[in-house]
Amino acid sequence: MAGFDHGPNEPDEQENIETISRNTRLGMILFIVYLVLYGGFVLLNTFSPAQMEVVVFAGLNLAIVYGFTLIIAAFALAMIYGWLCRNDVSSTSDSKETAQ
Amino acid sequence: MIYEPSLMAVLIFGAIVAVTLGLSFWLGSKAKSSKGYFAAGGGIHWFVNGVAFAGDYLSAASFLGICGMIAFYGYDGFLYSIGYLAGWIVALFVIAEPLKRMGRYTFADALDSKFQSRGIKLAAAISTLAVSIFYLIPQMVGAGALITPLLGFPHYVGVLMVGTIVILIVVTAGMVSTTYVQFLKGSLLVIFSTVLTVLILQRGLTTDPENNGQPIHHFEIFGPAASNDIENWRTELGLSEQDSLIPMTQGPWEDKGILKLSQADKTSYWKLTKEADDQYFLSETQYKLQTKEGSILINGLPQGTGEGETDFYPVGRISKLPGDESETGALGPAEFLSTLRESEIILWGSETIKETDGSALTIYFPKPTSGKKVLSPGNHPKFAGIRGSDWKGKLNFLSLMLALFCGTASLPHILIRYYTVKDQASARKSTIVGIGSIGYFYILTLFMGLGAMTSGSLDVTNSNMAAPLLAKSIGDWLFAIISAIAFTTVLGTVSGLIIASSGAVVHDLMSSFMKIEMNDFAKVRIAKIASVVVGVIAIVLGILFEKFNVNYLVGWAFSVAASANLPALVMLLFWSKTTKQGITAAIFAGMISSLGWILLSADSYKGIYGLDPETAIVPFSQPGLVTIPLGFLILVIVSLMTQPKTQES
Repeated sequence: MAGFDHGPNEPDEQENIETISRNTRLGMILFIVYLVLYGGFVLLNTFSPAQMEVVVFAGLNLAIVYGFTLIIAAFALAMIYGWLCRNDVSSTSDSKETAQ
Repeated sequence: MIYEPSLMAVLIFGAIVAVTLGLSFWLGSKAKSSKGYFAAGGGIHWFVNGVAFAGDYLSAASFLGICGMIAFYGYDGFLYSIGYLAGWIVALFVIAEPLKRMGRYTFADALDSKFQSRGIKLAAAISTLAVSIFYLIPQMVGAGALITPLLGFPHYVGVLMVGTIVILIVVTAGMVSTTYVQFLKGSLLVIFSTVLTVLILQRGLTTDPENNGQPIHHFEIFGPAASNDIENWRTELGLSEQDSLIPMTQGPWEDKGILKLSQADKTSYWKLTKEADDQYFLSETQYKLQTKEGSILINGLPQGTGEGETDFYPVGRISKLPGDESETGALGPAEFLSTLRESEIILWGSETIKETDGSALTIYFPKPTSGKKVLSPGNHPKFAGIRGSDWKGKLNFLSLMLALFCGTASLPHILIRYYTVKDQASARKSTIVGIGSIGYFYILTLFMGLGAMTSGSLDVTNSNMAAPLLAKSIGDWLFAIISAIAFTTVLGTVSGLIIASSGAVVHDLMSSFMKIEMNDFAKVRIAKIASVVVGVIAIVLGILFEKFNVNYLVGWAFSVAASANLPALVMLLFWSKTTKQGITAAIFAGMISSLGWILLSADSYKGIYGLDPETAIVPFSQPGLVTIPLGFLILVIVSLMTQPKTQES
């Protein structure tokens, strides 16, 4: 029946192995960047919470600035990922064309 | 607190629900095949899907629970916002693409695509069901907490209403309508949260917030006194000879610091706090006495709106603004936060005393708190470990942040949404839109929560209503809209969860594991029956767990999801030596260990069994730090033990 067997629900995209591994590596790098940021926040709160009350700028303390940074960074990294990945895929289709 | 049902709220409610159901029925005709039912035919536009991600993810816990937590305790609620959003990074960068590439319908399928294992199917199906049900409970509790004050019905009516409506939506149209419901809900939530935040900033801060024209009651706080001297307090209070002021120290009152003031016409309780060795304060309180017959007295009078009846005072105000001003006028976002930081705010605490005669007394007392403390982590009792030196408290915090970080990617109802777009690039784009909307919303929650904290409209007994009540203090029209949006919030999330559960039952449990043969239409029919059953279970549990804090329950779901699902998912994608036994073992181990840990924790002892939390078996309440690595460990060990023998050539 439609899609309930173990086939994919759409025809396979023509992705080559190179693109996949490049994208995966990019994903890993960006993930680690965020992990460091997030880990820093959690560890700072665990071991040196007094730092969170320090005023950074505009009368805002570190807790708020760091918190907002984490949220904005998540979006920024996602955008970077989306943009860089798209470039990979288009270069693949270019090379497919030239190969023909 | 008693709320006057607002006709406008009811009408707007009705309108939004009608539109939702209408959409559902109209789109229902398009979802005849099971493929359509389960994964929306793979044809939803990425932007719609992205906002639907937000609609799905921003549940009652996010909107009501986080705003409420921030309103009552400050920054700590925002920790949840940060953790919840961070989980999307794991989802996008680690899980999303490989999962989409496998082209599977459900989490169990994806796990099983490499092996043909009934064990995995069973484990994953049970895990999906368990997590979905845990995640459903706080949504249903939230629904009840929303309907009660809005329409004046008791809690269980709200739960019944939401449950019934969702079952109707799901059974008539499945995934597609769910996607559009969640797109609608997501957009409305973001738009009106923006409106609310802008109005909060325009209103500015004041020491005398007005609640629909009524000035707020200032609770008296005497002190600082150099010592806890009864005579001194008597003078401060201006008592006469016949009035008696007695410290309550026997039995259940011990160490609570309550003094009972008996005057000719009324009884009141006063809270003694000690800020330092020579700084004592005595605060006016408000209290609720539930007699053993069940009647309720507020501050000595029956609860009600008639003659001789009374109700709780709404609370939430700034006691001191910087420069001793009484109001600030319109503020920019950074100004709002920095001004708050320099202010002193009246937060609230409570003590419950259960007397031997069966009555229960709950005393709510004001706690003036410096803005500096409010805007940094550690104010909430569950996060007090941050500021303290107790290692258990710190591990608890670490454990929670880990579970939130890992939990998003492990939630079955989130994963399913990856399949509703047509290709890899669309899946990526929709996740970006999702993260953007969700992140933006979470930034707004900080402002909404703090706005509620200072709005003079909080119900001291219930933090879940903070955001709608804030809207009400600005205007009834906004209250009506926000309440209706919160309602659709619950509708959207619950329908997504029921879909995931019914998918697990039909596709994984019955079709794959039990190998029951069914044709397309039979599967859809069984799926609908499964939806109804899961819906009914959710309704029952939502009624039973009424007293639990919504965010706390979501934390459970995240911990179980992260422990059961994430190790299996990650290792399957990235470690070639993973075997089917390893995956099965990891899922069961993670699920059972995290559930067991939760059920043996201090929080459960106190909230579920009514036992002394000190006797709890596990050292801290959040399991993630232990059970997530455990899942990985079990997977690795079992996989290494069950490596396939090399082929003989």
